[in-house]
Amino acid sequence: MVPSMWSKYRDKYRYSLILLRELVITEFKLRYQGSLLGYLWSLLRPLFLFVILYVVFVYFLKVGHDVPHWPVAMLLGIVLWNFFAEVTNVGITSIVNRGDVIRKINFPKYVIVLASSMSALINLLINLVVIIIFMIIDHVSLSWTILLAPLLIAELLLFALGIAFFLSAVFVKLRDVNYIWEIIMQGLFYGSIVIYPVTMVLERGKNIAEFLLLNPVAQTIQDLRYSLISHSMPTLASISGKLWLTIIPIGIALIVFVFGARYFKKHSPFFAEEV
Amino acid sequence: MVVNDNDTVLRVKNIYKDFHLPHEQSKSLKSILLHLFTSKNKEVDLQHALSNVSFEVKKGEFFGILGRNGSGKSTLLKLLAEIYQPTKGSVEHTGKLVPFIELGVGFNPELTGRENVYLNGALLGFSEKEVDEKYEDIVKFAELEDFMDQKLKNYSSGMQVRLAFSVATRAEADILLVDEVLAVGDADFQRKCYDFFRSLKKNNKTVIFVSHDMSAVREFCDRAILIEASKLVSEGAADKIATEYSRLFLDVDDVTNGGEAQTNERWGDRRISFTKVKIKGSKNLTDSSASVRFSAEFKANKDVDSIVTGSSIMNSAGEEICGTNTEHQRIKIEKLQKGQTVTMHWEYPNIFPDGEYQINVSLHGSNSEQMADWWEGAARFRVRREEKAPFIVQPNIKLSVEREN
Repeated sequence: MVPSMWSKYRDKYRYSLILLRELVITEFKLRYQGSLLGYLWSLLRPLFLFVILYVVFVYFLKVGHDVPHWPVAMLLGIVLWNFFAEVTNVGITSIVNRGDVIRKINFPKYVIVLASSMSALINLLINLVVIIIFMIIDHVSLSWTILLAPLLIAELLLFALGIAFFLSAVFVKLRDVNYIWEIIMQGLFYGSIVIYPVTMVLERGKNIAEFLLLNPVAQTIQDLRYSLISHSMPTLASISGKLWLTIIPIGIALIVFVFGARYFKKHSPFFAEEV
Repeated sequence: MVVNDNDTVLRVKNIYKDFHLPHEQSKSLKSILLHLFTSKNKEVDLQHALSNVSFEVKKGEFFGILGRNGSGKSTLLKLLAEIYQPTKGSVEHTGKLVPFIELGVGFNPELTGRENVYLNGALLGFSEKEVDEKYEDIVKFAELEDFMDQKLKNYSSGMQVRLAFSVATRAEADILLVDEVLAVGDADFQRKCYDFFRSLKKNNKTVIFVSHDMSAVREFCDRAILIEASKLVSEGAADKIATEYSRLFLDVDDVTNGGEAQTNERWGDRRISFTKVKIKGSKNLTDSSASVRFSAEFKANKDVDSIVTGSSIMNSAGEEICGTNTEHQRIKIEKLQKGQTVTMHWEYPNIFPDGEYQINVSLHGSNSEQMADWWEGAARFRVRREEKAPFIVQPNIKLSVEREN
């Protein structure tokens, strides 16, 4: 009675997919339950943040006046940052929050982390629709580089998932992790070139800009601004003049993902007793 | 997870399970940092929940796991369900194993009944399409046709259990892990549960059944194992193992207290103590037995002014069904001299449902103060009945029909 490896593999995969689907649906339903505007909030939140930052930075502090389409580019940055923040923040506590289920039934635990990232991804896609509307209003001309966007979003997702996998497994044992991560995120927010243009950093020095762009979050945000909004947006490749340098942040994202996923896989069999 | 033998669907091989019990929950950064600087060796208690347990379950078997609370039974169940990982050894099974340990896993009060069915179904491995096919059935079986679009938080607990049970019974598993704890709730629900177990047996399903209820084990199980103090102590035909399980309680039967056998189940200052508790007549009651009678002899170890003595009957679930004492019955026992013995004669009417019972006896001052001797399980008896009723007591109820033409 030896079941073929293939059928076992398929069955296991099938269970994960069924669960993933149901968890994503549930999370999406529960998110804005009882609120009047419901899903509209996932559009309104970044829009209001945008309005505030626009008034403060663009209107009063005159940031980004020399950058074409800067307000749209800033909004894009905010939306991408929120996506990154949501995958990691929700991901960290996701395993502990599902502790009651983990203690009662055996199932592939990675589905939990994946499910929370999927609802963040859905959110991002909705927000991108708003960005596109703004781009049309702002007369942004599209180019073929728009095709790079899915790849860049995938890179950002992998990076965020790697962090979420690692931290969610650590969080089971050490509950300080989310506070530590909160602090790191505050630093990372200003370091990821979200609310100011790269040109401001370039004035201080090319090296600083290059260094900041080695961070996969900054690199993907900047490359997405380049590919979606305007080719005049400086990227790691254009600043350094070396396209291959982009391999470094991509490599970091991949390494973080592989390391996070492996750490998670190694520790997930013990979640039930530790959570 | 490859099991070779054609018939064997589940194989447990030499499993051990240890739990680390830290003295202090070191879950904050501060305590971890403190640990780093104070002592390298973390104080950890190792608790051996299971040691060296092996057994096999064959296809189509109804297999019982018996054991007292705290014996390691629940840990074993969680290892079989792969919720826990064994410290050593292996658990292998073929086919789909569905744990039936708790109902309504993943139920969310903020979702509607319908949404919860799909979520719970997904955890049991049903795709949305598969739940679609069973949905009508599930709702009908749960008798909740009018409530499916209401949020679960508006359900009564009985309704929730019904819905959860209804989903769970639709699980198509090759091996079912069933915890008898499921059969809680009102009599109607218990009947449904036992009907379901019966249908599993009839359809030759492989079932692993954990229970305290020996009449259920005798009715359903083919084979069983007995877990006691983290070890597998015996394996064999369900009847034999069920008897052995009951004997765990019956062992202390008729023990005359000569020495100082102080156990958890027996405590007190012993200024006066029981010397002998003995059941008169058969320890096996049947429908025709009118009562259970026993005597309790006690002896004063020093001069005692006055004493109250009582007894109670406890069922195998640990519920004290009934009892009384000399204070309530307005019987006075006073001025006992050292060395004097007294024998009480007790008679309880046979109101007990099918099952195993223990007799607890006590000696104390008035208002239950100053326990002299509390002896839990001083004697045991068993009741066998034709009618298995899911009630705490089963007195002789008279009923008659009067019809008008």
